[in-house]
Amino acid sequence: MQVPAQFEYERATSVAHAVDLLVKYNGAGRVIAGGHSLIPMMKLRLARPEVLIDINEVGELAGIVRDGDELRIGALVRHNELLDSAEAAQLFPILVDAERVIADPIVRNRGTVGGSLCQADPSEDLSAAFSALRADAVIQGPQIRRTVPIRDFFVGPYETVVGPDELLVELRVPVRPGSGSAFVKVSRRAGDWAVGAVGAAVWLAGDVITEIGIGLSALGAQNFVAVEAEDFLRGRVVSAEAFAEAGRIAAEHCDPPVDQRGPADYKRHLAATLVARSLTLASHRAGREV
Amino acid sequence: MTADGNGSAFGSRIRKEDARFVRGLGKFVDDVVLPGMLHGAMLRSPMAHARIVSVDVSAALAHPRVKTVITGEMLAERGMAWMPTLSYDQQAVLATDKVRFQGQEVAFVVAEDRYAARDALELIDVEYEPLPAVVDAHQALAPDAPVIRDDRPGQQDNHIFDWESGDAQRVAEVFAEADVVVEQDMLYPRVHPAPLETCGIVADMDPVSGRLTVWSTAQAPHAHRSLYAQLTGIPEHRIRVIANDIGGGFGNKVGVYPGYVCAIVASMITQQPVKWIEDRAENLMSTAFARDYHMRGEIAARSDGTILGLRVRVLADHGAFNATAQPSRYPAGFFGVFTGSYDLQAAHCSVTGVYTNKAPGGVAYSCSFRVTEAVYLVERMVDLLACELDMDPAELRMRNLIRPEQFPYDTATGWRYDSGDYPRALAKLLDMAGYHDLRAEQAAKRERGELMGIGLSFFTEAVGAGPRKHLDMYGFGMADGAELRVHPSGTAVLRVSCMSQGQGHETTFAQLVANELGIGVDEVDVVQGDTDHTPFGVGTYGSRSIAVSGAAAVTVARKVREQARLIAAAMLEADPEDLEWGDGRWYVRGVEGAGHTLAEIARAAHADIDLPDGVDGQLAASTVYNPPNLTFPFGAYLCVVDVDPDTGQVTVRRFVAVDDCGVRINPMIVDGQIHRGLADGIGMALMEHIAFDADGNHLGGSFMDYLLPTALECPSWELGETVTPSPHHPVGAKGIGEAATVGSPAAVVNAVMDALRPCGVRHADMPLTPAAVWRAIQGRALRSDLAIR
Repeated sequence: MQVPAQFEYERATSVAHAVDLLVKYNGAGRVIAGGHSLIPMMKLRLARPEVLIDINEVGELAGIVRDGDELRIGALVRHNELLDSAEAAQLFPILVDAERVIADPIVRNRGTVGGSLCQADPSEDLSAAFSALRADAVIQGPQIRRTVPIRDFFVGPYETVVGPDELLVELRVPVRPGSGSAFVKVSRRAGDWAVGAVGAAVWLAGDVITEIGIGLSALGAQNFVAVEAEDFLRGRVVSAEAFAEAGRIAAEHCDPPVDQRGPADYKRHLAATLVARSLTLASHRAGREV
Repeated sequence: MTADGNGSAFGSRIRKEDARFVRGLGKFVDDVVLPGMLHGAMLRSPMAHARIVSVDVSAALAHPRVKTVITGEMLAERGMAWMPTLSYDQQAVLATDKVRFQGQEVAFVVAEDRYAARDALELIDVEYEPLPAVVDAHQALAPDAPVIRDDRPGQQDNHIFDWESGDAQRVAEVFAEADVVVEQDMLYPRVHPAPLETCGIVADMDPVSGRLTVWSTAQAPHAHRSLYAQLTGIPEHRIRVIANDIGGGFGNKVGVYPGYVCAIVASMITQQPVKWIEDRAENLMSTAFARDYHMRGEIAARSDGTILGLRVRVLADHGAFNATAQPSRYPAGFFGVFTGSYDLQAAHCSVTGVYTNKAPGGVAYSCSFRVTEAVYLVERMVDLLACELDMDPAELRMRNLIRPEQFPYDTATGWRYDSGDYPRALAKLLDMAGYHDLRAEQAAKRERGELMGIGLSFFTEAVGAGPRKHLDMYGFGMADGAELRVHPSGTAVLRVSCMSQGQGHETTFAQLVANELGIGVDEVDVVQGDTDHTPFGVGTYGSRSIAVSGAAAVTVARKVREQARLIAAAMLEADPEDLEWGDGRWYVRGVEGAGHTLAEIARAAHADIDLPDGVDGQLAASTVYNPPNLTFPFGAYLCVVDVDPDTGQVTVRRFVAVDDCGVRINPMIVDGQIHRGLADGIGMALMEHIAFDADGNHLGGSFMDYLLPTALECPSWELGETVTPSPHHPVGAKGIGEAATVGSPAAVVNAVMDALRPCGVRHADMPLTPAAVWRAIQGRALRSDLAIR
């Protein structure tokens, strides 16, 4: 029988209030937003928070806004809001690509961007997408509000730098010219976690890659990124050969978990294939065919 | 309305049930709430094979809201620690000596609410002594394999049965004459019926009346009642089993599960009603699985493509207890129909059943007793033969199909197919699909290195069991009752022994009766699933409902119509022999438009007119229908897939299905059944399976692990039909509940294998996940019954 263990419930009305509650419960509280990871885990009793701190009514955490050379995405933005955002679609098609294949409409109606990142599931699509975009995470604690590059956000599976008395507030994605991005995913079925997924962002000056981001999900990449492949591509001219080589390098440096979604050799092959495909599509969107 | 059963009540695309279902007003077992009702929760084994050293429930009993905790030891004192299975084995209700699969029932907590019941599970301390697990069916009979069933006197190994069918000698002869023999090992992996509503029960033992009332998810309520009587000692007439609305069964709800027995015992002990509702993981891990057939097929043919014979060797993994639901004389179910739709000279199969440390079950999941495995085997073998002969698989099938003039057709393994026109169905399929254009498109794509596949499958089912003389379920002959009562106003109530799980019986059965009596479909109500209010019968599975209970409904309606003839004759002061039935009336021959409707006759039957001899008054009848033979629905399916060679992803682009289920009563329900089964086939072919790791851990215990297909994996189905009535069914219907599940997996797999032909791939086992397809292309196929390593 799947019913959670007993827990207390608090409803936060502001970011400050939420942080106060986190401090008050001193590590025994868990923040709940969409609840699409936490509640199933509680029902299976894999998670047993003593207190749930509900942030669903914290308006400060909502909304997607363009702010100068950044796109700010509130932690409480629902997946569907991001999927439907014209601004995000125009600036960062990678996010729309990813959101389109995250779970199903019911989950996307309720699940949040911040919740997905804080869950830090090694198969989470948005972790790879925001890593490719080199976004920053804004975290509010009792004393300070700090900004952490998303690539330093993840400590390990299901573990982030957000402390027990801290709250992820928003993501800030830098807007720079010459960009193109894309996300590709292979899953066994619509709505399933990725067997492997790759997000790529390129910033081009003419044919030359001035900056690059490659995020890997479910493929056992350290911090969700293919740093070696990025280093290989930075400064190069876009080409099918270069993208294929980047795929090979990414595959070599990831360490895919073996599970019922596939054996390691397949996932490694998938990493190479999807890196090349996502780069090709990102480059196309930046106006350069390969 | 005509007397031959082709009245206007047939063909309506209606569903009486939908009004309540779409408004969320169905009444399922979890909707049953009784005063003072307690809640049960099951403690299950975390291990696949272990000796139980001790079970300490004292802390759980001390929980303030816990009423009792039932253990295997307590049940043993009542002689109820074990229960019989439908295959005459025994299954532990609660483990006493060992646990034999992960998820096996160990203790049952009864508490005032479900939260307390769940909390108390964690307070039970069970000490296990782990034993090595038998996971690989191929190792089950190894001399050093641990013996799982040491509870069975004399059992020295994990062997359950050997069964064979056909003529081995004759097969050897035709194989010797053959120009070509093709062999292939294939696994139909363990899958699960996975109904969206899990299993559950509310048991209410009334200490005053001595009556036990059970609300449960039962596809076979009468059989459940008999088993409860046998187990508990409560007389059968004091047990009432009620199945309200059921949210899908697919065979999963045929048998009796330990949770049901525990809830009944708990109600007997506490003298309060007890509810137990299984969760998703419990359903997937412990209730009846399906398939798990390791098959080796050999097909022999002449070089011109004439198929001569078929030989199959099967290793059947039955799990820890042999609980397969099937007729007693058929330990491998109806697998003997593996000769399929082809006119063969000889065939033979031998099946060996083994115990492993996995959940018991082996139900007919949306198929009539292993027909799905049989169809998959023969349809893969025919495709492999086509490959070997470099013949078009459609042409090869057309050449070997049983011809219309051969019906009734006696197969090489002893089945008598009732009727069919197979070439017509296949020709219609090829025409609908635009087969030759598809092959041309494929050829062009192959030139460009693209992988497109076209898969065919032609299936014949064997459904609607009995007759009772040859077929039984747990000793009950497979014949089903029906009762019909027409009220004074001319409205009618039909009572049947079968039980809908979503198939629309309330509509279809009303149409059957309305059609016979010339009244409206809304004027017939159908009562099912309540043993106090329905006649005995063995229930709904193996597509029995229309074939058996439907025939019973028509038979009983015709009996009532004959009663009405006698009464109408008295009303009209005519000889009954001079009356004719038409347009919903009995009238004197030659005087159409006069005469009396059923409502008028019903009024008279309850009034004070002088009734003729042999008529007791009122309009009511009952019957028991004992089918003279099975019915044999058939169909031809075609699937088109595209395969991404780099990721191994399969996209089902088209699926064309031509079904012949005999006469169609409600075309919308028929289409719905086919849609469901086709989706099921895509699920099994591409994603559904249950694997186990080396320790016997179940790797499919949630819907994140056990994937069901969604609309996004399904193309827009293209359906066609031919109608070949069953000669022995009163309206010529054959049954459609499972046809598409039976026929579709082979079409999908054949399509993927056809796509992979340029890569040199001959066969890969289901499910054809992206990883499995890519590995097959690499020549290193995955084994889908074991954990990926």
